[in-house]
Amino acid sequence: MGASKVVHALYNDDEVLLDAVKEIKTAHHHIEEVFCPFPVHGLDKAMGLAPTRLAITAFMYGITGLSVAIWMTNYMMIQNWPQDIGGKPSFSWLENMPAFVPIMFELTVFFAAHLMVITFYMRSKIWPFKKAENPDPRTTDDHFLVEIPVSGDVAELTTLLQSTGAVEINVIDKH
Amino acid sequence: MSHYEAPIREPLILGEKSYHDITEDIARPIEGKANKNWYIAFSIALVAMLWGFGCIFYTVGTGIGVWGLSKNIGWAWDITNFVWWVGIGHAGTLISAVLLLFRQKWRMAINRSAEAMTIFAVFQAGLFPIIHMGRPWNAFWVLPIPNQFGPLWVNFNSPLLWDVFAISTYLSVSLVFWWTGLLPDFATIRDRAVKPFQKKIYALLSFGWSGRAKDWQRFEEVSLVLAGLATPLVLSVHTIVSFDFATSINPGWHSTIFPPYFVAGAIFSGFAMVQTLLGIMRKVTNMEAYITRLHVEYMNIVIILTGGIVAVAYATEFFIAWYTGSPYENYTYLSVGAATGPYAWAFYSLLFFNILTPQVLWFKKVRRSFVCSFIVSIFINIGMWFERFDIIAIVLSKGHLPSTWWRFEPTFVDVGIFIGTIGFFFVLFLLYARTFPVIPTAEIKTILKSSGESYKELRAKGLSTKPEVVIVEKNIEATSSDKNTKA
Repeated sequence: MGASKVVHALYNDDEVLLDAVKEIKTAHHHIEEVFCPFPVHGLDKAMGLAPTRLAITAFMYGITGLSVAIWMTNYMMIQNWPQDIGGKPSFSWLENMPAFVPIMFELTVFFAAHLMVITFYMRSKIWPFKKAENPDPRTTDDHFLVEIPVSGDVAELTTLLQSTGAVEINVIDKH
Repeated sequence: MSHYEAPIREPLILGEKSYHDITEDIARPIEGKANKNWYIAFSIALVAMLWGFGCIFYTVGTGIGVWGLSKNIGWAWDITNFVWWVGIGHAGTLISAVLLLFRQKWRMAINRSAEAMTIFAVFQAGLFPIIHMGRPWNAFWVLPIPNQFGPLWVNFNSPLLWDVFAISTYLSVSLVFWWTGLLPDFATIRDRAVKPFQKKIYALLSFGWSGRAKDWQRFEEVSLVLAGLATPLVLSVHTIVSFDFATSINPGWHSTIFPPYFVAGAIFSGFAMVQTLLGIMRKVTNMEAYITRLHVEYMNIVIILTGGIVAVAYATEFFIAWYTGSPYENYTYLSVGAATGPYAWAFYSLLFFNILTPQVLWFKKVRRSFVCSFIVSIFINIGMWFERFDIIAIVLSKGHLPSTWWRFEPTFVDVGIFIGTIGFFFVLFLLYARTFPVIPTAEIKTILKSSGESYKELRAKGLSTKPEVVIVEKNIEATSSDKNTKA
């Protein structure tokens, strides 16, 4: 008997869904997951999801990019092979710095943007050849699916879900 | 409802649409068959592209000498095209990033196509410097990689190298921004697909997007941060393109006004190209309910604004060229010399297409007309090409010494490559219009209740947009099988 039961409640309106999620939370049921066709504002707060820290990672990646640009321009233009270009010799990085500002800016953006997106893909487990995990194909069209693990009385839970306006309720054995 | 919108605002989605209708409308061009017009347009674009490729092979095989260049005019037609395409590529990121930060909801109908246009335009732009190298197989020399010459590194003091970094960052970041936004929409097509091959392709393209609440939270954060990063990026790209000229010592190029004026010009030409493309696309893909007169008007307002900035910059350049009293300044692209010299036709074309034409958009009737906007946008596209041609060819045609004076005349190869890039651009865009969701399906659904026509009417009557909760008794389905297989 390794299988555990979950309830899939489908809604077809975002406002109904948002109120339903609040009611389900008030009734002390754990919401495992909500699948949506589009972002519903306030849903993460209603579900009690922690805020994402991706913006912080972007900042750190940006600092990394800036450091790489500083190191690269210093190593290539000043240390490894200093050249006198157009009567402007490469004595110190600081004196040549104004010419490197575009490179520093572009690499900051390059690192911040790409590494943040890669982090997002890895954290959300999305990449080429990844199999989709939404339990019902309608959740990418106009339906919202709330997944609730069954801990007590199924009938009581389904009655609650019905009263919140679910258009379809399925009880499923999750393997 | 995602946000409050004043009832006085015009709706952004016309007609009585439901979430499912939006999916249907956007999926239709992908799932249906292409019509005859599409095939005709595609064939013309393909022929133009192949002609251009022929000219490129001829150039590479024979040498840059097949172009109309000389030792005095070392850049002309090709760099004109480069700057023109990069400029066009500016509207996409502007629409998706800057307008996102300003919370302009109307961007949602047009941002997908504008970003596609950006990416395809930057492809074309990138071709020109690479072909101009003459030995394109050495193009990787622009990258700072260890090599057997010392290593002899790239010159980080050169604006041409800044361009390499700016354009490659811009292209790759725009591509990632575009693709991340596409994931949920590819997932929609994937979950609707009936044909197994189509399902496989869209499953691959969607990266297995499932639409969990946490994914959406991250998605929105990533979009916002990318918009924040792309906004200075888009301004930096054309600034750096203008440095190619502004950091030189040629009269007419050595101008501190270039960076802001190039950026305004880029937005001006980019929006004109968006108007051109969407004018056709809204008809071909039946998106009249989503790309409305209001969208066209908003874009025209941006065109008047940026066109105004460009006009002021032209006036300043003309005045300063005269005011210096320097004979060398008298043949810059905006000067009395240019207006009376052999390139007077190019000078007056610039004034006509770029300064006079956009003024008709002050009239509301013109601004809200699809046909007029389309014609004006074509004129601006031509005008912006002339701007770059004038800056490059006129300035170089009269150097400091009369013995270096030379008139640039393009050869059929110059023209052929340009036509080829237009063909290549339309080949990509036409393929895109048949295979990609041309409107961000998921995003447009978020504004349906606040900006949809029927919902606005509902609210005007004082009714709620939230449907009544009807308790359906017999809807519990207990199954022991795993429903995951259904997806």
